[in-house]
Amino acid sequence: MSQDEFAPRATGSTVLTHEGGFHARPSIMFTQLAKRFSAKVWIGLSDQGPWTDAKSIVRVMALKASRQTTVFFAAEGTDAADAVSALVRLVQSDFTNSRDQ
Amino acid sequence: MSSAKATVYLRGICASPGLARGVLVRLQERVRTGIRAPSSGPSDSASLRQAIDSACAELTALKQRARDSDAEAMLAFQIAMLQDPVLSEPAFTAIAAQVPPEQAWQDAMESQIRQYDSADDAYFRARASDLCDMRDRVSGILSGAAIIPVPPGSIVIATDLPPSRFLEMSWDGGGIALTEGSANSHVAMLARARGVPMLIGLDHGLLQAHGEALLDADNGVLITSPDAKTLTDFAARQQALRIGRGGTEGHLALPAVTAGGEHVQVMINVADGAELGSLNPAWCDGIGLVRTELLLRSKHYLMDEAKQYDEYCRIVRWAEGRPVTVRLLDAGADKPIAGYTVDVESNPFLGLRGVRLSLLHRQVLSTQLRALARAAAVRPLQIMVPMVTWPDELDQVRQMLDDAVESLTKEGLDCVRPALGMMVEVPAAALTCDLFRADFFSIGSNDLIQYVTACSRDSRALAALQDPLQPAMLRIMREVVKHANTRGIPVSLCGDMAGDPRCVPALLAIGLRCLSVAPAALASVKAAIARYRSEASAQEHSA
Repeated sequence: MSQDEFAPRATGSTVLTHEGGFHARPSIMFTQLAKRFSAKVWIGLSDQGPWTDAKSIVRVMALKASRQTTVFFAAEGTDAADAVSALVRLVQSDFTNSRDQ
Repeated sequence: MSSAKATVYLRGICASPGLARGVLVRLQERVRTGIRAPSSGPSDSASLRQAIDSACAELTALKQRARDSDAEAMLAFQIAMLQDPVLSEPAFTAIAAQVPPEQAWQDAMESQIRQYDSADDAYFRARASDLCDMRDRVSGILSGAAIIPVPPGSIVIATDLPPSRFLEMSWDGGGIALTEGSANSHVAMLARARGVPMLIGLDHGLLQAHGEALLDADNGVLITSPDAKTLTDFAARQQALRIGRGGTEGHLALPAVTAGGEHVQVMINVADGAELGSLNPAWCDGIGLVRTELLLRSKHYLMDEAKQYDEYCRIVRWAEGRPVTVRLLDAGADKPIAGYTVDVESNPFLGLRGVRLSLLHRQVLSTQLRALARAAAVRPLQIMVPMVTWPDELDQVRQMLDDAVESLTKEGLDCVRPALGMMVEVPAAALTCDLFRADFFSIGSNDLIQYVTACSRDSRALAALQDPLQPAMLRIMREVVKHANTRGIPVSLCGDMAGDPRCVPALLAIGLRCLSVAPAALASVKAAIARYRSEASAQEHSA
């Protein structure tokens, strides 16, 4: 998806501090959280894209984002701002704020 | 009885001890091309959709029955991936273009697996095996193979056994024989925890074997077409083992005592504490080894003193005041922690691991020492340092422990300075154990064997050279035990050797009176101790 194909209603970014990067467990938590929002949500490794569907664990894992990578978010939809801030918080909390199960 | 066929002995390496007699069942392997005549598109895509849904349902059922968090996390990941439409999208596109569904699914998964296989990061590379597991499960359902369950009590033969398949089978009385596999694999750990005999590294001829067989994991052999005499002997050994086990039901609640009436302490090895739920602390004399690298396998726990304190408290409370030995983080080599251990080492078993790594990450070490000193105020525990080579390493850790206790005291936090001992697993330390200021010794036989014999633990070809009962091992261990016993320093053994009933007499003969074993081995080890008579055994096993 190139940037001009959509007009993001909310954007954000944060540094991935989780030691393993976007490994299995963080990716599960991340995509599960993204799916709670009706907005379309994207994740990218640059503010210029390319953008990846943040609700797809297959795509998020495929980023192979490692520690200290800055991850960028964009969202489009009524709850776009909430989605971005929730995802930023999850990454900043080192994936601890919603321990799974 | 197929007396016409010759009895064949297939040699393998024991990955989980025990005996099993059963019918060989070849695990359904992936069929590379089950290309069928192209049929109508809609029903093909519906059959793939259905196969994926069934696979998710099977994995979800397994996840609900999973008994440890590792198995659960692995299954959660597979389910999430399968439920993601992105994974199957290319397959559905191919089906629309008349590619048969099995082929379409295989191709789509192959391209994903290649991406993981070629990853720089070892963690991502390891996920390729999860994707293979998922690929084969869905393919099996598509081809109708997966609905054939392996009958309980079978001896499963395969090149390798995916962990999700292991978890879904009923292993009662059965066993596993693989041409590949590793004793350090996830499946091997699960098999040992559940007492399922397992051999690895058998010749490929295994896969052609069929009919009844005897799996003697204790002696590393699979016997096909056994003759009458072999069957009778085997049945007698199984019976003896059962009596041993049956006796252990009684033994479990009793202290372990030799035939000569001497008490032997039998402790348990604990991975992450999850296994304690089903165990009665009265069955053991304490915990001889807590493997904290399994407890703290996620990097962010390494600096989380509060989390660690909670975990250690949970374990020491379970022990109800019995001794608990917690080993400091023993990461590295076969136990990586992403972001903590060194990714690329040409020879990781001889590299930065155990205390060598801890002394380079002092904040992490200090966090663990603080959490342990605080937990020691709740119930008794002692600290064991892994991979010590020179006395100075132990001295450095002792200094840091004293500092941690001092600062905790200043901060007004309850703490107790735990005893500080060492693991004896590096030959240099074993040969000079008198030079170390250790409060206790615990022999780590697994690493000691590989360092003494210069044999990599994961090498199948070298398995025969790694007999733990060889004179070199017994001599080096006997010297450590002799030194400890004359100086009144507690000494124990916490490697796999301690849990092997075959080795127990030799360990008692060299003077050990404290063994720490996997919980599943408690029964058989206590039975082996009960059979032990000192003089006879001492002569038989002296090196």
